[in-house]
Amino acid sequence: MKILVCISKTPDTTAKIAFTDNNKKFATDGVQWIINPYDEWYALVRAIELKEKDPATVLHLVNVGGAENDAIIRKALALGGDEAIRVNIESQDSFTIASQIAQVAKEGGYDLVFTGKETIDYNGSSIGGMVAELLDLPYVSLATKLELEGSNVKLTREIEGGEETVETSLPLVVSAQKGMAEQRIPNMKGIMGARTKPLKVVEPVAVEALTSIAGFELPPAKAGVKLVPADNPEELVRLLHEEAKVI
Amino acid sequence: MSVLVYIDHTDGEIKKSSLEAASYGAKLASQLGVAAHGLVLGTVSTDLSALGKQGIQKVHQVKNDSLNQFDPGQQATMIAEAVGSLGATVVVLSNNVTGKALAPRLSARLKAGLVAGAVALPDTSNGFVVKKAVFSGKAFAQVEVTSPVKIISLTPNAFSVSNGDGSAEVAEINLTVPAAKIKVTGINKIKGQIPLSEAELVVSGGRGLKGPENWGMIEELADLLGAATACSRPVADSHWRPHHEHVGQTGGAVAPNLYFAVGISGAIQHLAGVNRSKVIVVINKDPEAPFFKAADYGIVGDAFEVMPKIIDSVKKLKGK
Ligand SMILES: Cc1cc2nc3c(=O)[nH]c(=O)nc-3n(C[C@H](O)[C@H](O)[C@H](O)COP(=O)(O)OP(=O)(O)OC[C@H]3O[C@@H](n4cnc5c(N)ncnc54)[C@H](O)[C@@H]3O)c2cc1C
Repeated sequence: MKILVCISKTPDTTAKIAFTDNNKKFATDGVQWIINPYDEWYALVRAIELKEKDPATVLHLVNVGGAENDAIIRKALALGGDEAIRVNIESQDSFTIASQIAQVAKEGGYDLVFTGKETIDYNGSSIGGMVAELLDLPYVSLATKLELEGSNVKLTREIEGGEETVETSLPLVVSAQKGMAEQRIPNMKGIMGARTKPLKVVEPVAVEALTSIAGFELPPAKAGVKLVPADNPEELVRLLHEEAKVI
Repeated sequence: MSVLVYIDHTDGEIKKSSLEAASYGAKLASQLGVAAHGLVLGTVSTDLSALGKQGIQKVHQVKNDSLNQFDPGQQATMIAEAVGSLGATVVVLSNNVTGKALAPRLSARLKAGLVAGAVALPDTSNGFVVKKAVFSGKAFAQVEVTSPVKIISLTPNAFSVSNGDGSAEVAEINLTVPAAKIKVTGINKIKGQIPLSEAELVVSGGRGLKGPENWGMIEELADLLGAATACSRPVADSHWRPHHEHVGQTGGAVAPNLYFAVGISGAIQHLAGVNRSKVIVVINKDPEAPFFKAADYGIVGDAFEVMPKIIDSVKKLKGK
């Protein structure tokens, strides 16, 4: 069994969102970087659990980006995984990233490719589906549970207002979200061990981007809160009905 | 040339998010001066000609029950074939659970640039540029699509459903149905509840409510308003409420017309999932709670005293 987990680097959830270069670039000054929480808490931890159950499992991580991503990759290796692969290209649109991951997945012959349900910066929810299509594999997205039974896979995925259980077989691409696993904190042994785990750098395949970002903008500032006295909540209901017209 | 809208359905009904996508697709088609078509894979119990109300001129359907079980690989292959045979240059889907699985597959298959989670019609004055929310709702990006065929998945509740009086032509379309690789073995839907992602009104509770036994007032207000219920992360983590109600950076993102937050502090990670709500109401006993900075209306007060009065007042309003 060979598992590949896609690891993305994102700004910390409390990072100040601002732009430079005429609103064309995200301002990275002073930004703390983290592993995209969906990749870390759900995809990676579930993959580690599968390896703990079956120690013969090979678990690799993949990231697309420059050498500045290595610190995040080591952080992920501190949680688990045998080795990591970084495709050495400044990430562009989701299609170019997915194409690089698909290439790594193809060459490595993985049975299971895991992504988080989306990144918290571009919120595309696109990489898993694109990788699946490029490899012509089944794709279960927004999965909250995954159990392996030989090459048969039982999963639960989100639907509007509930969930459904599905069955499919390996090889498979899955996007993971809350429910799939519980967040883990790396221990000292993991952190020390991560330093010596292989981090292979591979060169990208040539792909043309399909989209580009023309610019960013911040949402308009709120006008400020209208406070209603606590002893007159009826006034709030009146305002919502007559002024905001939402109820 | 045409705009093709993928029409998603469940339990025989077209999803509201797809009616939004249909309205968006039709507006885009008239902006581009091309026809607006719809594609329905599977069977529904409603009259598809009614999609004319949203501005769709022709609906193409593959009437095959097996397609009601969703396999994104199978469906992406079929949509791609339809795009070719109908000469579509833009495909519009909802960025709902189905669209999130389908749109990227379709994008990779057709080498067509995808804007996932659009919030407005494209600017076609100079190229093809679509606005989408990024950084979990903390900013927007203008995404330029450079490929000949373009794919847009529309954020639910970002575009209103148009209700004209047109009627669409409905015809069956012959598409190859590839074998499904995913088998649906069970469905577990919370009956009678409005799915959070589709809700126009949301009533949400946080740790300030002290325990699951106090959710009666959240549910009662939601019931009266026809709203869905949501919660903050620690509430779901403590199993006071089911996981699917968790909104925020690491839970669901919602953009309802009204987000009514009770006993939630408004941490930045919580705001990330709700800050695109049109109107935010905050009930919190702490005047310094950060949520007030993001709110439109608020009451500084104890939820246990304020909420019963709000419920009474809504009852009166609704004549109950
Ligand atoms: C990486 C990361 C991701 C996260 N993702 C999310 C996420 O997706 N969603 C999320 O919600 N959080 C998320 N969090 C957690 C977030 O930082 C906050 O801890 C959380 O939102 C707080 O929940 P709360 O407001 O319900 O509880 P608290 O912070 O405990 O706030 C309770 C509020 O209730 C008020 N209150 C108390 N009693 C009353 C009363 N009687 N009447 C009225 N008001 C009262 C208090 O004044 C307080 O403001 C994340 C954190 C991290 C680090």
